[in-house]
Amino acid sequence: MADSGVTEGPDKKEEIDRAKSEGKELTKEEKQRLRKEKKQQKKNKEKKDDKASQESEKEKKPLSSPPPASQPPPQSTTQKAPSAVPAPAPVSVPASEAPVPADKPAKSKAELKAERRARQEAERASKQGKKGETGQQAATSKQKAPPNELQPVVKRLPEHIQVDNPDVLKKLAKKLERQQTPGQVADKQIPLRMDYGYKVSLFSHLHQYSRKAPLTQQVSIPSTVIHPAVVRLGLQYSQGIVTGSNARSVALLHAFKQVIRDYTTPPNEELSRDLVNKLKPYISFLNQCRPLSASMGNAIKYIKKEISNIPSQCKEEEAKSKLLNCIECYINEKIILAAKAIAKSAIEKISDGDVILIYGCSSLVNHILCEAFEKSRKFRVIVVDSRPRLEGREALRRLVQKGISCTYVLISAVSYVLPEVSKVFLGAHALLANGYVMSRVGTSQIALVAKAFNVPVLVCCETYKFCERVQTDSFVSNELDDPDDLIVTRKGKTHLKDWQEVPSLGLLNLVYDVTPPDFVDLVITDLGLGMIPCTSVPVVLRVKNVDQ
Amino acid sequence: MELQAVLMAAGGGSRMTDLTYNTPKPMLPVGNKPLMWYPLNLLERVGFEEVIVITTKEVQKMMSTDPKMKVDVKMKLDVVCIQEDGDMGTADALRHIQQKIKTDILVMSCDLITDVALHEVVDLFRAHNATLAMLMSKAHEFTETVPGQKGKKKTAEQRDFVGVDQSGKRLLFMANEADLEDGLSVRKSIMRKHPRMHIKTGLVDAHLYCLKKAVVDFLTENKSISSIRGELVPYLVRKQFSKTTDSPKMKDDAEDQTQKKNDSSTNHELLISSRDEPLLQLAQERSCWNDHHGDMSEAYHGGKLRCYVHIMDQGLCYRVNTLAAFIEANRLAPKLFEEPAVHPSAVISERCQMGSDSIIGALCQVADKTSIKRSTIGNSTTVKEKVKVTNSIIMHGVTIEEGCNIQGSVICSNAVIGRGADLKYCLVGNGQRIEPEAERTNEVIVGTDQLMEI
Repeated sequence: MADSGVTEGPDKKEEIDRAKSEGKELTKEEKQRLRKEKKQQKKNKEKKDDKASQESEKEKKPLSSPPPASQPPPQSTTQKAPSAVPAPAPVSVPASEAPVPADKPAKSKAELKAERRARQEAERASKQGKKGETGQQAATSKQKAPPNELQPVVKRLPEHIQVDNPDVLKKLAKKLERQQTPGQVADKQIPLRMDYGYKVSLFSHLHQYSRKAPLTQQVSIPSTVIHPAVVRLGLQYSQGIVTGSNARSVALLHAFKQVIRDYTTPPNEELSRDLVNKLKPYISFLNQCRPLSASMGNAIKYIKKEISNIPSQCKEEEAKSKLLNCIECYINEKIILAAKAIAKSAIEKISDGDVILIYGCSSLVNHILCEAFEKSRKFRVIVVDSRPRLEGREALRRLVQKGISCTYVLISAVSYVLPEVSKVFLGAHALLANGYVMSRVGTSQIALVAKAFNVPVLVCCETYKFCERVQTDSFVSNELDDPDDLIVTRKGKTHLKDWQEVPSLGLLNLVYDVTPPDFVDLVITDLGLGMIPCTSVPVVLRVKNVDQ
Repeated sequence: MELQAVLMAAGGGSRMTDLTYNTPKPMLPVGNKPLMWYPLNLLERVGFEEVIVITTKEVQKMMSTDPKMKVDVKMKLDVVCIQEDGDMGTADALRHIQQKIKTDILVMSCDLITDVALHEVVDLFRAHNATLAMLMSKAHEFTETVPGQKGKKKTAEQRDFVGVDQSGKRLLFMANEADLEDGLSVRKSIMRKHPRMHIKTGLVDAHLYCLKKAVVDFLTENKSISSIRGELVPYLVRKQFSKTTDSPKMKDDAEDQTQKKNDSSTNHELLISSRDEPLLQLAQERSCWNDHHGDMSEAYHGGKLRCYVHIMDQGLCYRVNTLAAFIEANRLAPKLFEEPAVHPSAVISERCQMGSDSIIGALCQVADKTSIKRSTIGNSTTVKEKVKVTNSIIMHGVTIEEGCNIQGSVICSNAVIGRGADLKYCLVGNGQRIEPEAERTNEVIVGTDQLMEI
């Protein structure tokens, strides 16, 4: 039993990898199997019998999966990218990687050989893929290919989740150097923002910046390299004056409008190509001030597309006014009208006597509630808030100003308050392609507790926030805010003032988390779709891509 | 272009006439560099490429001949000359150059020596879309004895009262003691919007302002304002909280109407009207940020006019407009730049004792057996043997004969100190001669032609 298990081991892994690369959502059994596999890798050789029983379970798998004839070619292709393959495994995975080398002496020789072979293939493949992954836990890759195609996709990891890899950082610095606006002196370039403070090890692959060290320190004061509107925007992002997905997108488009207005095509250049190149350094600058949101990414994609679609014989003035018009239309359609449409659908779901729970400050949810109140629905609202941002206070202010009766609690009281809640309305930062909802940290907890109490959870999200990323946990791709925000002064004492001097202390200020679709009952969105289940997001994305 | 720099260098130095009756204030040597070099250096370091300098013809002439200005300052200086004796205030000067101003401006005074991180002030201006952003610093006590000062220092009677909000950035109140005849009164509208206000008095105004272009346009309309610091800034601070009429309401009372129109027109001039105002509004509405908590109003209380201040608590910030400040600046200014203390072209004999905190200018000649401690010696100065110079400031072209003992004094340019003179805490004016074997303590020695005519 053990021997067969040994030889089958690497095969099973590759099967599962292949299934993953095909984009099929892992079924529950497969997920469980993965989890079990990792767990047994953690445990010592004493649990060999468990492993054996699992192997027997796994043996059934090759019978049910596609014919073995197709195994060799897909195997070779999957072997190319096993390290880059998304391993959206639960938290135990990063921890399990560490004990794996420790387990080595306990395993048998043949198994060791097989593992070594697999690891060598993995390293070779990753070197081919131009990303060094030396035994560190892989991050998700952006699956650009549609899920159905079975391609040998070499997935590249984005740099913003590889901060602890010094090679990647060096590459980023070089890229910023190269990205200076054309025609500029060599020493004027987009500055690189330094990370600040000790990062908790689970999140050491992400950037962590300090609000007290703004990027403008390194930019000349009458900023010539970067358009002043963009500098102002970057400053407003990093200081938190413009927060919230919609606000950031609108402010970004506003800044781009000013850039386009002040733009003049240099001689011998085409507007459609040159303007896009001009925008690249601005976007890297904004990215350094604060990592771009999914909605901003989509807006940028749209603008770039519009710019490249400008015919070359178009005069500059005409082209510029066309672009400005496009931006106006985009904002109008995707944000303002979308909000109206969503409000219309959502109001149907609000009945008299409802107790609605909201979390944090989502501009869309606030809009919906205000509209519902104007349409004379009788309801009351419970606003749940969390530190350190305490955005719920702003939501509370806006609702109370309208005249809605509100209750305010902190997130620790959610389970106390939920028995009296009839619906939960949540806003979203982005909706991922596998149906997960990415939103402010704490949202997944609210959804979880609401599920436990059988309270319906409705997520309101415009379609321009749907993004093609896939993520199943909040570790891989997230944003770390300034850790000093967690420091409070109560009664004159600041206990965490010297947190940097305590070597074993790390402050973690997460911004986003992902909620699985099992906890979300409905997504209310625009584009005539009304209410869709969470898992229909890839369908919407596909339809949108076909339309465009 | 984002910001245009304007340097005000036409001031007369009315508070240190002993120093400035011959040398205009912007060209006074501090650490062997003209005073104007310091703000220009600050602007150059942060990345400005052009500066508009408002000054007098005399200063312009001196600027073109001064080697320091020509060599060290790489920016393009656009010099605008104004009449020296005309009573032109700083705001009048801005009005004078209104044609050249195309964007927001950064106004600096020529007597500011500071190592502030300028981005702190400008970031406030940018991030909050402010109308005014200024720099202030905690005042330092001047510890050096000032020559010629008789008796104790007079307590500051012209205090400035500066009110800031909880965060210490928003400027709520600004008044000078001279304007507050019967006590400090704070408007209720301010208290309602900002219930916690910190009022500070020990602050030095660095005279560095970021102003929106709309303010310059406003100045051209209102010719009554002549000084930025004295009138414009308090006006803007007050205007933050005045009632704004956003829609022209038709009032029955004709008087009221015209008055309200005047009010609203001035407000509309000051208001930042960008072309995409509705987009900015939308972004602000959707953003879940507020600058204050606890009441029902939106960010900034819906006010469009905002004044911000950055208060430095560490670092150098001096305004060299009094003799004490001048002396202090001479002590500390060398810290701002890394030039060698001794100029390479100075001829210093080996048997001279020189402290490490002294500065010797170019083409100096220092003879044997001299002792120079904690002093600044200007260009082309000759110091003969057996001279002891301690804690003093010696300007350019001075001749100090043998055996002199100079302590805690300020010797202006082209003076001659006779042999064996003993000067303690004196101020020797320009081109003066001190007779040999003179003993002066705590005196101001200026020529008779400089004395006031009664």
